[in-house]
Amino acid sequence: MDLHALTIDQAKKLLASREISSVDLVSAMLDRIDAHDAKVGAFITVDREGALAAASEADARLAKGEDAPLLGIPVALKDLLCTTGVRTTCGSKILEDFVPTYDATSVALLKAAGAVILGKTNMDEFGMGSSTENSGFHVTRNPWNLDHVPGGSSGGSAAAVAAQMCTASLGTDTGGSIRQPASHCGIVGLKPTYGRVSRFGLVSYASSLDQIGPITRTVRDAAIMMNVIAGHDPKDSTSAAVDAPDFTSALDAFDSQGLSGMKAGIPKEYLGMEGLSPEVEKAFTDARKVLEDLGVEIVEVSLPHTAYAVAAYYVLAPSEASSNLARYDGVKYGARQKGADGLIDMYKKTRSKGFGPEVQRRIIMGTYALSAGYYDEYYGRASRVRTLIMDDFSKAFEGCDIIISPVAPTPAFKIGENVDDPLTMYLSDIFTLSANMAGIPGLSVPCGVSKNGLPMGLQILGKRFDEMSVIRAGYGFEQSAPSFPGLPEL
Amino acid sequence: MKISKEDVEHMAHLARLEVDDSLVEKLSTQVSGILDYIDILKNADVSGVPLASGAALQTNVFRQDKVEPSPGPSVTLTNAPDRDDDFYTVPKVVG
Repeated sequence: MDLHALTIDQAKKLLASREISSVDLVSAMLDRIDAHDAKVGAFITVDREGALAAASEADARLAKGEDAPLLGIPVALKDLLCTTGVRTTCGSKILEDFVPTYDATSVALLKAAGAVILGKTNMDEFGMGSSTENSGFHVTRNPWNLDHVPGGSSGGSAAAVAAQMCTASLGTDTGGSIRQPASHCGIVGLKPTYGRVSRFGLVSYASSLDQIGPITRTVRDAAIMMNVIAGHDPKDSTSAAVDAPDFTSALDAFDSQGLSGMKAGIPKEYLGMEGLSPEVEKAFTDARKVLEDLGVEIVEVSLPHTAYAVAAYYVLAPSEASSNLARYDGVKYGARQKGADGLIDMYKKTRSKGFGPEVQRRIIMGTYALSAGYYDEYYGRASRVRTLIMDDFSKAFEGCDIIISPVAPTPAFKIGENVDDPLTMYLSDIFTLSANMAGIPGLSVPCGVSKNGLPMGLQILGKRFDEMSVIRAGYGFEQSAPSFPGLPEL
Repeated sequence: MKISKEDVEHMAHLARLEVDDSLVEKLSTQVSGILDYIDILKNADVSGVPLASGAALQTNVFRQDKVEPSPGPSVTLTNAPDRDDDFYTVPKVVG
């Protein structure tokens, strides 16, 4: 039995029946990391001792007949979620030696549910990127084809799940950073509604857009993870005071009622979009047929402000970033450069040495958009456009339950292909970033494999706080899709 | 919209970044390219449209103003690159 390839659901059953132990499972993952991570580069930090100790503790609890939703399950975390005593770098040299003194709420919830934290995964620095090439440490490679990117910014979390170095992981999504790498790596990623999962202890990039969510091998596993991490947290004033449902009941709803009666909207602005690869278009058309065969009614909807989404996003996100990243001043935490001439010079030397090129580019962009004389023209205008985009989705959802589209316009591109061309890289976020602007949930579920053996994903968006419809449709699709990618050979 | 090298240097100073000459050149080209693309926003009719507020919550959030236990300076200052007892230290600010 390949322990590393188990889903959460499968592993839980084997753990409960004592056929396997958590130490077996965690050891299988650590062996897998030893064997393959030198070429994949999914992890920044592996907490071998901590993981084995937590696994032994889980086994002791299992031996006493205890149960918890993730008891003994090995999970990896994107390296911007604070973990007590385990360094949290955010993919940045400026936080290379930062060791948090507290757990992010999502991490505390995973631990309380019995999860074993294996380590911290690679990412574009502070979440700024779509390829994980912007990490301050190393590039992560796509387990399906090592010459290609895994997507980003949660590329390490997605690659670790696809390469079976963990059973599941957490990522974060500011403009598609869970869904796009999940799509490129042939697995499942869910960005919950803004406010559904506490952001406390998540190192901020763009606070009005960031959201934490699961990256898993199946939709069922994503629902199991959501049951653990969702819910109100008094420590995050933007976390919603709404009760979280049992997300796995959305799977039961499909099993008992299928998808008949559900309406899926396809935005007319997304069809025939420039830059959409024929292979992605074909995979999406096939996916649409699968949903139709399940009884889903397809309707045309309109998101009239789609053409402005990328531009508005790349004003708002860098603006928030330039403000959020002001805290890295070489005083409270992080590296401080020596040999500075006074305080201002110390700030400048510390920040220029600590931040990579994409982060500095976005800080400059954001500073410009917020600076005197340009605020109304850039930030103000982009924020008003965001209101229009939110209204577009509200109106579109009057006529449908979910909205479907490809996740990314192309399969994963080659490493190095877009490094010096930030704008092309930004445009690849077109299908995903509107969901962050509107604060709605979105799921990426595999829907095909390209001629070059690279996976492609179907995106299912839902109304605010209606992850249930998204999970139900995604699960229905997953159970019925003819060409599921399986797992890559390493 | 072209952003000049002087603009880049000014923004870098405001953001407390030190950019060398070769980087200033590259940044001014790249940021100008991005700003050209962002100019598309000028075509959007935003008259009378309010600024976007929180992405999900439409109401303000209140909590009791109650003192909670805090970790204290010995924990909070753990990651300080330079400290003196319970204080952060910084390079000399005034002459």
